[in-house]
Amino acid sequence: MPDTALIDADFVTAIRRDLLKFAQLQLRDAALAEDAVQEALAAACSGARQFAGRAALKTWVFAILRHKIVDLIRQQSRTTNISALGEDEAGLDEAFDTLFKQNAHWRPEARPGDWGNPEEALRESRFWEVFEICLNHLPENTARVFMMREFLEFETAEVCSELAISVSNCNVILHRARNGLRRCLETSWFAPGEKPC
Amino acid sequence: MLSCKEATHLMSEGLDRKLGTGEQLQLHLHLAMCSGCRNFREQMDFLRTACRGFLGRVEADEEQPPK
Repeated sequence: MPDTALIDADFVTAIRRDLLKFAQLQLRDAALAEDAVQEALAAACSGARQFAGRAALKTWVFAILRHKIVDLIRQQSRTTNISALGEDEAGLDEAFDTLFKQNAHWRPEARPGDWGNPEEALRESRFWEVFEICLNHLPENTARVFMMREFLEFETAEVCSELAISVSNCNVILHRARNGLRRCLETSWFAPGEKPC
Repeated sequence: MLSCKEATHLMSEGLDRKLGTGEQLQLHLHLAMCSGCRNFREQMDFLRTACRGFLGRVEADEEQPPK
């Protein structure tokens, strides 16, 4: 069988949707995401012959896409100031501060609850929808730093140097992102309806 | 003594770098007394697991038709 048949129309249609979703989450820009995906697919098509199966191929195409996303983030970080605190970021910080009393200990009603056995949620497709919505709710720059760390698997020092922000700033942003995501999952999945607001 | 707020910062940083011995000790002491922060830490660990799981899902070849 000709090995060039590995990338066919069906494969491209299926993988395109997943690639786009991934790129869109990180870039928050439909046109940029579209470009990144096009380039990743084009690069994949030109080198697909080395692959034994589609599973390995898909992982590889995703690896290409990640590089494209990183390039785009690098370009963008030259024109935008990631460390500048946007309104939505400030709002997230304020919301975090209200979880604590004056003495910086948890308010009783805001104390993180027991999520039981949260790993069970990972098997539910509805959970992943909520997870994605929560990711999308993070402010853009906050989400970008978080996803570089967790999805593109940069070390913190690399994230900082790529985006030209200090390590302490990076830590603050990651903490903001994690807590924002945590709160979103808590209210939307683990304890829906129990929190007043 | 760490406040809960400081503890949450340390727990987040603990996902990004190895905490120093002093930091670990302080955090350990705090967690021993604070169930809210223990829950917070479990939730942080879960977030990382979920991110890995998200990547795994996105990259998995679920759509492959049987051949």
